[in-house]
Amino acid sequence: METTAVKPQFSEAAQAEIKRLLTHYPDERRKSALLPVLHIAQAEFGGWVSPEVQDLVAETLGLKPIEVYEVSSFYTMFNLKPVGKHVLEICRTGPCMLRGSDELTAHLERITGAKVGGPASEDGLFTLKEVECLAACGFAPIVQVREKYYEQLDTPEAVDAMLTELRNQVHRPALPWEETGLPNALANN
Amino acid sequence: MGRKLLTEHINVEGIDTFEVYRKHGGYRSVEKAIKTMTPDEVVEEVKKSGLRGRGGAGFPTGMKWSFLAKPEGVPRYLVCNADESEPGTFKDRQLMSKLPHLLIEGMITSSYALGANTSYIYIRGELLYVLRILEKAIAEAYAAGFLGKNILGSGYDLDLHVHPGGGAYICGEETALLESLEGKRGNPRNKPPFPAVQGLYARPTVVNNVESIAAVPVIVNEGGDEYAKIGIGRSTGTKLISACGHLNKPGIYEIELGLPVEEFIYSDEYCGGIWKGRNLKAVVAGGSSVPILPTELILKTAAGENRLMTYESLSDGGFVTGTMLGSGGFIAMDETTCIVRNTWNFSRFYHHESCGQCSPCREGTGWLEKVLHRLEHGHGHMEDIDLLVSVAKQIEGNTICPLGEAAAWPVAAAVRHFRDEFEWHVTHAKQAAQPGAVYPGAAVLA
Repeated sequence: METTAVKPQFSEAAQAEIKRLLTHYPDERRKSALLPVLHIAQAEFGGWVSPEVQDLVAETLGLKPIEVYEVSSFYTMFNLKPVGKHVLEICRTGPCMLRGSDELTAHLERITGAKVGGPASEDGLFTLKEVECLAACGFAPIVQVREKYYEQLDTPEAVDAMLTELRNQVHRPALPWEETGLPNALANN
Repeated sequence: MGRKLLTEHINVEGIDTFEVYRKHGGYRSVEKAIKTMTPDEVVEEVKKSGLRGRGGAGFPTGMKWSFLAKPEGVPRYLVCNADESEPGTFKDRQLMSKLPHLLIEGMITSSYALGANTSYIYIRGELLYVLRILEKAIAEAYAAGFLGKNILGSGYDLDLHVHPGGGAYICGEETALLESLEGKRGNPRNKPPFPAVQGLYARPTVVNNVESIAAVPVIVNEGGDEYAKIGIGRSTGTKLISACGHLNKPGIYEIELGLPVEEFIYSDEYCGGIWKGRNLKAVVAGGSSVPILPTELILKTAAGENRLMTYESLSDGGFVTGTMLGSGGFIAMDETTCIVRNTWNFSRFYHHESCGQCSPCREGTGWLEKVLHRLEHGHGHMEDIDLLVSVAKQIEGNTICPLGEAAAWPVAAAVRHFRDEFEWHVTHAKQAAQPGAVYPGAAVLA
């Protein structure tokens, strides 16, 4: 993906949300807002946090860039490379494996054409990512897409229903501080 | 039918709203505590209740509270650990998304008891949708005067915030959680100092699991002694059990501690038996970190007594023949399950989730995963089996936090109880490496 020449900026809605979040912590502890602000950044800038976006986060919170890099690389939810419109996070841990997550992963690779850990599918729609336990073991196997859990994906019909829903999503769902969701990452390209 | 202290109203329409929750007796514990009790009296009731930390460690909550340092003029914090990520455990997610006000009520009453004026719920980042539910409920509680300045005209102030993690199992360890809440990598801290003395922002802090906090309202309303009447011995009250794996009815069950394990697995009121008409092979009773037990040892202790869902009964026999109640993540495996594959899967999890701070854990979890991988995939050697036990032993007790033990115990237990299946993976390597291969000699109880 080409890097954007223009320095990224948070939308006004996101700026207002960040301002609200900062009231949750003591004034001298703005760094506490780092994880929540990284989540906002990932939602704002197409599902991943580029070095430029991480620098923006650092600037916004008055941190050194390294303080952001070392955190974004520690936590698995932050994507450090460009992703497709929808990142399918497939739980691979024991309880999901017992109920067919290996088969689910193979099925998703087959029908989307994307590979786990690889680039997005050719149509730019789907990135496949295996993750550890999502705390929904009783409803296994599970896929998370942004803030939504798709549960009991143990039939081709259930998987199809999820993919159809995602294919029909032009914008990602709006977050509480937004009026509408933003266009999905690659929709602009 | 056991009593439901936390989940009685979980299916009531609209119970996630303040109005409906209040109509069903919600927030009474806040009124009772703030208007009629001193903070110390609330702590006393929680002590009397015998409530033990529901996140996995089982440490008495009241005692943990009484360790909180209270230096004059220094703020102290209550932080709720909602970083539920122990494989097999999914009770807190359910509780928070369906009964957000129960947790908020518990946080207010508990914060009052501890003298905290700012409290946080640290929720795992994957559960952002639950964070939205909690934030909405918190806003309702502010509007109704149960949060903010001068709660119920008492002069007591409390602000409550929800804070998301970013995807890291280790942040369920309380000092890693505090680091994370401070905007850092989730590296567990050396102890002492304990959080009760130097926790969040180096100030006195109590960290409690969601389910522990959610039990506080009923303890305050009914009294600690009443709560302690439920259960057996030092296992008082009710416990949420997350049932998953090869069960007919996986899901969340609130049980009175003391329920026989056999009844929990097979009765229609609970899990309804093993799926597809198969037999049970093994159970991991308290989340992936606790020792796995074969059917005969999960249903009965080595002494032949019925195994009960209590802290004591499940650990009867120590690690030789027992396990732990842990977080209540109950994973059932049917007779077709490959124990080696499952153990490898869990080892991969711990390797992935090790923060990398302590060498025995960083390197040891890697070795466990690697050796188990080659056993499962047909490249193992007979001496690998003892190598696993040796690596596990060298991790145990040699790390800053318990992730080391959590990685070591399941491997040691799997070899202890299923050594013949590991050996079969060497003697019949090709056959065992086939996808879906089933060890033919599994001793299974009907």
